[in-house]
Amino acid sequence: MFRYIPNGDDDRKAMLESMGINDIEELFIDIPEELKFKGELNLDLAKSEQEVMKYMSDMANKNQDLSQLTSFLGAGVYDHFVPSVIKHLASRSEFYTAYTPYQPEISQGTLQVIFEYQSMICELTGLDVSNASLYDGPTAAAEAFLLAATQTKRNKILVGNAISPEIKKVIETYMKFRDIEIVYLAEKNGLVDMTDLESKLDKEVAGVFVQNPNFYGLIEEVEKMTEMAHANKALSIAYVDPISLAVLKNPGEMGVDIAIGDGQSLGNGTNFGGPYLGFMASNNKLVRKLPGRIIGQTEDVDGKRAWALTLATREQHIRRYKATSNICSNQGLNALMAAVYMSTMGKVGLREAALQSVQKAHYAYNQIIGTGKFKPAFDAPFFKEFVVVGEKSAEVVNEALLKANILGGYDLSKEFGLDNGIMFAVTEKRTKEEIDTLVSKLEVL
Amino acid sequence: MRKYEKVIFEISKPGRKAINLTDLDVEEVAIESMIPSEFLRKEELGLPEVSEVDVVRHYTNLSNKNYGLDTGFYPLGSCTMKYNPKINEDVAAMTGLSALHPYQPEETVQGSLEIMYNLQTALAEIGGMDETTVQPAAGAHGELTGIMIIKAYHQKNGDFHRTKIITPDSSHGTNPATVATAGFELVEIKSKADGSVDLEALKEAIDDNLAGLMLTNPSTLGLFETQISEIASLIHDNGGLLYYDGANMNAIMGKTRPGDMGFDVMHYNLHKTFSTPHGGGGPGSGPVAVKAHLAEFLPTPMVVKKDDKYAFDYDRPNSIGKVKGYYGNYGILVRAYTYIMTMGRDGLKNASETAVLNANYMMNILKEYYKLPMDQVCKHEFVLDGLIQDALSEVSTLDVAKRLLDYGYHPPTIYFPLIVHQSIMIEPTETESKETLDEFIEAMIKVAKEAKEDPSLLKNAPYNTPVRRVNEVLAAKQLILKYKDSL
Repeated sequence: MFRYIPNGDDDRKAMLESMGINDIEELFIDIPEELKFKGELNLDLAKSEQEVMKYMSDMANKNQDLSQLTSFLGAGVYDHFVPSVIKHLASRSEFYTAYTPYQPEISQGTLQVIFEYQSMICELTGLDVSNASLYDGPTAAAEAFLLAATQTKRNKILVGNAISPEIKKVIETYMKFRDIEIVYLAEKNGLVDMTDLESKLDKEVAGVFVQNPNFYGLIEEVEKMTEMAHANKALSIAYVDPISLAVLKNPGEMGVDIAIGDGQSLGNGTNFGGPYLGFMASNNKLVRKLPGRIIGQTEDVDGKRAWALTLATREQHIRRYKATSNICSNQGLNALMAAVYMSTMGKVGLREAALQSVQKAHYAYNQIIGTGKFKPAFDAPFFKEFVVVGEKSAEVVNEALLKANILGGYDLSKEFGLDNGIMFAVTEKRTKEEIDTLVSKLEVL
Repeated sequence: MRKYEKVIFEISKPGRKAINLTDLDVEEVAIESMIPSEFLRKEELGLPEVSEVDVVRHYTNLSNKNYGLDTGFYPLGSCTMKYNPKINEDVAAMTGLSALHPYQPEETVQGSLEIMYNLQTALAEIGGMDETTVQPAAGAHGELTGIMIIKAYHQKNGDFHRTKIITPDSSHGTNPATVATAGFELVEIKSKADGSVDLEALKEAIDDNLAGLMLTNPSTLGLFETQISEIASLIHDNGGLLYYDGANMNAIMGKTRPGDMGFDVMHYNLHKTFSTPHGGGGPGSGPVAVKAHLAEFLPTPMVVKKDDKYAFDYDRPNSIGKVKGYYGNYGILVRAYTYIMTMGRDGLKNASETAVLNANYMMNILKEYYKLPMDQVCKHEFVLDGLIQDALSEVSTLDVAKRLLDYGYHPPTIYFPLIVHQSIMIEPTETESKETLDEFIEAMIKVAKEAKEDPSLLKNAPYNTPVRRVNEVLAAKQLILKYKDSL
């Protein structure tokens, strides 16, 4: 007997008999004999719940997690505070064991949560519409590029160089298969070089893409870049940190056409890289070309307010080959967690978390520079993450920090060629004491 | 229970808070001295102001308007809505397995890498393939990865003219959409009435530009494609590759394997076959397995085992690159491997056998009350072609589905596959008891009788749901996509 399979031998027998069959193999007579798998799969036999728990606990114990390490590592994934209510509400099995809301009459819960999520993403980004979420930030960037190319009927995207290596690798894969050219912009003081952008804007350019704050944590001149893109009839695409939008000017205010990003910071754990959610918001002009699910408000036959999936004619199950994307899901539960997070943090709390991150990051920066062992890599305003250059390699620094149970910074020597460059992230979760400990360890390296 | 009709913005009240952050413990500096004011937000954030109790009640009330697998039977064809084991959730939530940063040093995440490695290996074995990537985030994402691999293979061979992918018109909508997203041309061939491949049509569609064929087996009608070996030879002899859409793997575990049928590349849906929850639309996971001749094209990084250590391997020069940030929907991978360990080789085989038995049992009874286009042994699911009724009746499959809501069921998949006009696609899965199946069969029979006796009862259904029949046309017409009176 298997505990997830209620029907036992007696049930099996009764059901087979009802069909006039003796042996279950008769239900597999349509599989040609030579294709039947004759042996046993090379897997273990079923294990008890206790045995599985033991194995998984052993695996967990082989890891060092963020409850044991103090993290100053960011680079796209951040250790922000996650309120308890999120776990509890996301564990409601009416939410997590439901399918995509194809039957709106019994899916109003999921539908309304996503509608609220869309509303809050619009508030954060200052844009008109949001979809129901995509796989993650990097794939959202790829989808935004495809959208820009379709909308402008052009096939080149200008891309800031200081973007996450994850984004870089994913957009490069997607665009290679669609013959869309990616041209990286030169860097000046860690920011997009405006002169280089000016010289590269031509009639083939579908979009200008920048991460803000960029990968180094620096604040880019998004407004200027957007003006330049628009003057060239290209779209402006910004990859933003959602927490930063509580403090920084939002994409809508800056005229950005498509805002995307990773929603991990919005109440989703670090989870070793996933699942997270990619968000995407745009101005009204692009709504019919957006990829992914979108929820709209409507009514039932009695005139009662209700919600449903809408604009389905963009999607694969109707449009097939002509769909705006092949995606046929969203990161529903992660979007729910983001919605609950935004509701819980609220108007004041989200801003406070963002401001505390800025304050603590700047405190850490000043203390680290104050040791005399590190120099600033750039001279530009930053948000919650910053790059410094030391006397030793980031690898050596991080090894020493790990011995003190500190998860050190991101090593910039590999993907960005900045020798001895290390980037620290500081969220509102880090205490002065933890920062001071980090600094004291860095001081004696 | 009290009726609850509010949007979160409508319960907001100035000054309410659901969070107390620790006070700032470093000396506060004016924000403008750190970030120039030209970069700062001027307007207030339009997020709700609510208490923690408000948040919990609001979302709990919304959850009560949802139907999940824990609520009841969910025979949604093609979606494999099997029970989502609770141990999976507990394991995935273990701090030691979840509170991990993706850029942590490899020596600090050996346990997680071991789980990923073991899952890769187990999936390859179940599919009869050689190597697996767990990076793709969903089934459609797995398809895209697999089709990119097929393109990379042809391009490495210098066969840039191989630009066409064939799919039958009975295929999942994602198949043709994937073909487009990967920059291929689509050749759609007509299926035979039973959903199987029309070999003549296939032969006609094959030319020098053939890149590959996308197929699911059992087909979307739930029937095993018996000509698969012949199809595989046709495609391979003409230089193409075979892609297996793993949506229907739940029918065949331990019984037959895509790799043995001749497929070169396939994806799995961990949220279908391997019991991870659908989450109301995601996150899912769509690992891709390949035969050895395609392994060099898999996305980076792969999890590899060197001596007794696990590591990420980025050094794969012919890889298509990355298709997703980091390493996949890792939390889902942990759940799926927990399931595989729990079921074992014996349990997985039993699951497929029972899923097939449950489907045949239901089909055998329901064919007296609903049209059954193909009366033959089915696999894990079967497709009915609507009610048996006279031509003048206006009761549609949609009405049947909506009436089933009143009986407390999530209806089956409707109007798919497209080649069956009044399609009702039923997939019971193995996790339902005979009693549950019998009760659902009773409800289906009752609805069929109501359709004859009182068609308006069906036309106006549902009556007992949180909202009644929803106007989806209006949703697309008025396009209210966010809360208008946001604060």
